[in-house]
Amino acid sequence: MGLCMTAAIRLKLENIVKEYPGCRANDGIDLTVEAGEIHALLGENGAGKSTLMKVIYGVVQPDQGRIVWNGHAVHVDNPAQARRMGIGMVFQHFSLFETLTVAENIALSLPPDEARNRSQLNQRISEVSERYGMELDPRRYISTLSVGERQRVEIVRCLIQETTLLILDEPTSVLTPQEVTSLFATLRTLSKEGCSILFISHKLEEVRSLCHTATVLRQGRVSGDCQPAEISASEIARLMVGDDTPISTQVTAAEPGETLLEVRSLDWKSKDPFGTSLDNVNLDLHKGEIVGIAGVAGNGQDELLKALSGEIRADAGTISLSGQNIQTLFPDQRRKLGVAIVPEERLGRGAVPDMSLADNALLTASGQGLVERGLIRSRRVREFSREVIRRFGVRCTGENSTAGSLSGGNLQKYIIGREALQNPRLLVASHPTWGVDVGSAVAIHESLVKLRDEGAAILLISEDLDELYQLCNRLGALCDGRLSPLAPTSELHIEQLGQWMAGEFESTEVAHAVA
Amino acid sequence: MELLTNVLAATVVAGTPLLLVALGELICERSGVLNLGQEGMMLMGAVAGFAAALSSGSLLVGVAAAIMAGIAMSLLFAFMAVTLAANQYAAGLALTIFGTGLSAFLGAGFVGSSIDGFSRVAIPLLSDIPVLGRVFFDQDALVYTSFIAFAVVALFLRYSRGGLLLRAIGEDPEAANANGLKVLLVRYLAVAFGGGMAGLAGAYLSLAYTPLWTENMTAGRGWIALALVVFATWRPERLILGAYLFGAASILHLVLQGLGWKSSTELLAMLPYVVTILMLVLLSWNPARTRLNTPLSLGQPYRPGS
Amino acid sequence: MLLLERRPVASSVMRWASPLLALVLTVITGFILFLVIGKDPVEGLKFFFITPISDLPGLAELGLKMAPLLLCAAGLTVCYKAKLWNIGAEGHFLMGALGASVMAVQLSAVSGFWVLPVVLLTGVLGGMFWAAIAAGLKTHLHCNEILTTIMLNYIALNLLLYVVHGPLKDPYGFGFPQSIMFAESALLPALIEGTRLHLGLAFGLLAAVAVWVLFARSFIGFQLSVIGQDHRAAAFAGFRVRQLTWFAFLVGGATAGLAGASEVTGPIGQLVPQVSPGYGYTAIIVVFLGRMHAVGIVAASALLALTFIGGEILQIAMQMPKAVTALFQGLLLFYLLTCDAFIHYRIRLKKAAPQPRSAAVAAAPQEV
Repeated sequence: MGLCMTAAIRLKLENIVKEYPGCRANDGIDLTVEAGEIHALLGENGAGKSTLMKVIYGVVQPDQGRIVWNGHAVHVDNPAQARRMGIGMVFQHFSLFETLTVAENIALSLPPDEARNRSQLNQRISEVSERYGMELDPRRYISTLSVGERQRVEIVRCLIQETTLLILDEPTSVLTPQEVTSLFATLRTLSKEGCSILFISHKLEEVRSLCHTATVLRQGRVSGDCQPAEISASEIARLMVGDDTPISTQVTAAEPGETLLEVRSLDWKSKDPFGTSLDNVNLDLHKGEIVGIAGVAGNGQDELLKALSGEIRADAGTISLSGQNIQTLFPDQRRKLGVAIVPEERLGRGAVPDMSLADNALLTASGQGLVERGLIRSRRVREFSREVIRRFGVRCTGENSTAGSLSGGNLQKYIIGREALQNPRLLVASHPTWGVDVGSAVAIHESLVKLRDEGAAILLISEDLDELYQLCNRLGALCDGRLSPLAPTSELHIEQLGQWMAGEFESTEVAHAVA
Repeated sequence: MELLTNVLAATVVAGTPLLLVALGELICERSGVLNLGQEGMMLMGAVAGFAAALSSGSLLVGVAAAIMAGIAMSLLFAFMAVTLAANQYAAGLALTIFGTGLSAFLGAGFVGSSIDGFSRVAIPLLSDIPVLGRVFFDQDALVYTSFIAFAVVALFLRYSRGGLLLRAIGEDPEAANANGLKVLLVRYLAVAFGGGMAGLAGAYLSLAYTPLWTENMTAGRGWIALALVVFATWRPERLILGAYLFGAASILHLVLQGLGWKSSTELLAMLPYVVTILMLVLLSWNPARTRLNTPLSLGQPYRPGS
Repeated sequence: MLLLERRPVASSVMRWASPLLALVLTVITGFILFLVIGKDPVEGLKFFFITPISDLPGLAELGLKMAPLLLCAAGLTVCYKAKLWNIGAEGHFLMGALGASVMAVQLSAVSGFWVLPVVLLTGVLGGMFWAAIAAGLKTHLHCNEILTTIMLNYIALNLLLYVVHGPLKDPYGFGFPQSIMFAESALLPALIEGTRLHLGLAFGLLAAVAVWVLFARSFIGFQLSVIGQDHRAAAFAGFRVRQLTWFAFLVGGATAGLAGASEVTGPIGQLVPQVSPGYGYTAIIVVFLGRMHAVGIVAASALLALTFIGGEILQIAMQMPKAVTALFQGLLLFYLLTCDAFIHYRIRLKKAAPQPRSAAVAAAPQEV
């Protein structure tokens, strides 16, 4: 039987193949996770990480291959079965119900007889959350929880069901640096107790500090196995992207000019009971600089972007561009004055999925002579669109391809190109490289720096602290609709930024005053 | 006092078909499916109930046939809206247009026939309560059924695991699927429940309210019920209040005429529709108020894994 | 096992094949239906689809019924492209008929070339007024337009009934609820002499051309399409959603109002309670069947006009209930939506062979 040998191996995948129409997401993947091991799964977007996770968790069925669980070949039909076997998963997009309480959410994923006694369940939740240092009140509604707290609900939900393999998909991307530290402490405790952890990430430093072993995927195949603590981040990065892709941008120093954008005491009250309001936001932006706004998702980033674009009109305060008050202008009027926006959602806001790239150019560039007397000049629209495709290296079959058919990176290049070609004075970009392959991310960063050097002011809203530190002259953070002070990047310690992301501004204001 | 009691009792009668159909639609919408085909399902229920009762001589058989007809219609809708993930608005409209046509076609031979409909049964003791006894407990069996249906729906939503499941799926089918909940099955059941209740409401019209069959006899009640669910912000307690409020509006012209008010019947017949619009305005002008209870996925087609 | 699988790209062939497929399925169902009720299916279908258009008067009759459908559908197309679910064409139509009739009765003693335009314009304004109520309720009070427009349809019908039973009732009409016959100067000229076909069809075709220009060429049409496909992209682009919503509703009201006005000043010549056999509702089917495209709605309005005439003929020739028309229309829309699913999905046979081996057969050799 060889039980002694295999008992330590919790999960073994052999030659997993999963094909989607037009793409082979997993192409013969092998993976072994031992008991108590923290195993990283690394790879770029589109490398096949998510598909592999879904195979393990029973969300999709592999076309070929074998899954061995605790020494037995198994067939995972659905997530419910995976959970019964002891596999728990926390998706990047949480699967929680906002209008239900913590306990109700957890009850839904338990077998009916275990969930029936609500007070007993509440007690179990409290026990588990205390034991692993994740404070939670079972009676609170999800809608009132922060992103970090929601993640705890997801993890507690897994742990309450005797999980022996916990899969976490990009868990740190939504956390402040302090929250990351506390999450890692929890995961190490779990690992010591024998629970295996499959940690999906593209952040190499985190993986090096947390994980025992790592498997790197590229284009649906395993491109290498390693012990991340033993080798350098750049060696891992090479495994992820291959040999011929540039990994990072060389950013030259900026030379900021005069003030372009002034935001003074901006207030906006959300009409949505679950929404975030903007509270006394002040912001100065100079020509030729990039200012970064960090923050955990849902802390007013989208609202700030909308207030600047004109999609929402602030209740109080002023927004002025070179001294001209633009607070009461509509988005298209602001665009005529040189305000360009790159929203977080590429599909479904920055571009209409089912429309062609040419039509999507018309979405924001109609003022570039593409419309005359109410009629569309189709030839000019196509020319403009082709120009964007050519200048920004968008890979597609032409301006007639639909926006939805492009990869995330290529569509983002198109959207940024569409805005950049209109010679903006101010560009507000939200999460421009989120979910984008490394090659495109580098190209996008280069475009931003080029715009900056041409004299545009750029506001970069991002959750990716590496990106912010790399590109920005000054940094600040949004928390609960309030903006921290802005500090020069070179003088801002990441611990300090983390405190700002958690809403602790006061200590620094004193420090600032002294300085 | 006597007049008031009569008016209130008539209000409950007029509100009953609305309550029945709206309770069904409430469950359906809570699962995230908007079925605009209420009118069509009610009409099919009305004609099937009338035909079955007439030919079998049994009102119970009629009611059963009406419920089956409503469910059958709703399954057609569910196939399009849930299985094929078609546009729910269009599919619901199709159901109404189809149901209107089919019921008129099938019922053409029954126009002019009449049956003895449900008669009132006073509940001992309870019906002796002053005013309220006459209003609520001296009614026909289907009115009592509507009370029971209301209680069942309210308790189901608040306390049962099934209610939790329904709310979760209505909020976010994607997340529900990721949690291993059977989204399509629950939605089918919710739609079918809605169909059964619409059929029952139709039977109430053709077997109790006015025991006969005429084309288009629902006169927009299916649509009013849809507005009623919005008005109730998807909560059963408000739904029952709203149903009787609309019931009152629809008999207002009778009351006014009874009081000697001289006005054209056509103008007074507009009242329920005008009241419906006013109610919608009252509820909708502040979107934040409805937001809390609105099933977030309402009306959006969903297919797992795509 | 059959699986429904999303296509990587929506099928443009299926987009146009779907209406034809739906028609075929409707005809097959009709065939079976005739068999079930013991009538000759071949003869029945012939009465329904062929007889009405076998001679010139028949074709003229078809054009007559096409006119209101096409006009209503053109307006609804503008709304539906922007996903504004205005199902109030029936109400706009009735208000158009009502408005035109009030003006025509007022001007019954006058003659002059300007009478007809004024009468038609009043109808247009009547339809627009009714649509404006729904538009305002939507843009300023956030009321669901489906519910408000359907309620407005019922209100318009009752208003019309009130008017023909009251203020506009012909005092010498033997108590019938109808208005006086309009004067010659208020009547639409015939398109083909000797038939009832009138200028209304020309209005309809013009409206279809206008719809084509709007969506193929104009920036307003583009903005409406964006609102329909992606509300958040429209907000991001800064399109004036409120104004465009009003535009769509007012166009919908104007065309349906003109349809109503053309009906009372055309074939009917007076206001009667049954001025519409449900044109406004049938126009919804026309829009879906016509793929929200100008050419499509012209063809679809012809087909649905046929169902009205076919139903009447079956009623006379084969003693079938008049509801046959509504039944056919409902079936058609049903099948259409079902077939439309295959624009985005395709059916695939689930292959049993390449399934991963389950625990039960895990003992099999490991090489793959």
